[in-house]
Amino acid sequence: MQHSTPVYILIMFLVTYMIRMIPLALIRKEIKNKTLRSFLFYVPYVTLAVMTFPAIINATDSPVSGALALIFGIILAWFGMPLLQVSVLSCLLVFILELFI
Amino acid sequence: MGKKNLSSENRTWFKKGLRDGVPISLGYLAVAFSLGIAAKNAGLSALEASAASILCMASAGEFGGFTLIAAGASYLELAVMEFVINMRYMLMSAALSQKLGSDTSVLKRMLLGLTVTDEIFGISIAVPNALNPFYSYGAVCIAAPGWTLGTALGVIMGNLLPSNVVSALSVGLYGMFLAIIIPPARKNKVIACLIAISMLLSALMTYAPPFCGINQGFRIIILTVLISLLAAIICPCREENNAA
Repeated sequence: MQHSTPVYILIMFLVTYMIRMIPLALIRKEIKNKTLRSFLFYVPYVTLAVMTFPAIINATDSPVSGALALIFGIILAWFGMPLLQVSVLSCLLVFILELFI
Repeated sequence: MGKKNLSSENRTWFKKGLRDGVPISLGYLAVAFSLGIAAKNAGLSALEASAASILCMASAGEFGGFTLIAAGASYLELAVMEFVINMRYMLMSAALSQKLGSDTSVLKRMLLGLTVTDEIFGISIAVPNALNPFYSYGAVCIAAPGWTLGTALGVIMGNLLPSNVVSALSVGLYGMFLAIIIPPARKNKVIACLIAISMLLSALMTYAPPFCGINQGFRIIILTVLISLLAAIICPCREENNAA
């Protein structure tokens, strides 16, 4: 059977959107269950941590610059530097490091 | 009178979202560039790839999708794979639902669904107290063009951008993640431990057999569910849910 690219893209959109929209539309009340509340409270930290490491090391040309950017970013964020600065300075560090690696 | 105050409040949040969306948009531009190259390799035109990007706004989901399109997979296969790779968004949306006022309309909630990417979720959940959806709308309005433009440029320009620039830009998104998760970790030891454990297990699952064959989207969802669930059972948080 011949597949069409627009149909493929439409399927990608529908599945991806439903997954995101349905919980937002259906969960309208405050969840009272303590375990469930705690679970949802911890989800963002765990997800973002899992997505950051080890992916950051594979994202750069050299694993060393990625690893150093991770440590650098953690230090900057620890001392309360805002989002944009942490992000831009990490990029800058990698750019400078990779001029020498 | 209340209506007027509300709309000016919405405008303020929208602007705030636009501002916080700038680094996201720049990061997206770089990441989407490589996505565009993948789309081109899969035989998609710049228009098709851009349409996929503005509609899906999902890096792993799109990478996976383009791979299957190139392989001529069935529609069902594509749908199942998109579901698995993007399942983590269901958890994010569930978490986000708890930050919305119960009077938030269905339409606003449906629109908010369009904004749930890893990064916009990250900044939305980090807003103190309740989330005004206009904050996320603002962020997506600036981030989506970056993502879409990056994809189109990737298809059109291929490998024109020097690789050291792409390499440097690609850590921008992770820098942003760190700026979201690290400051709360300084105040809350449980969160700090969870971040360390999460990174450790994530590395283990990426490199150690027999787990290293598992695809990235699946790894993220397995670890997120397991670690968050165990943490919720072992050390349930006190009333700080809104401070996420």
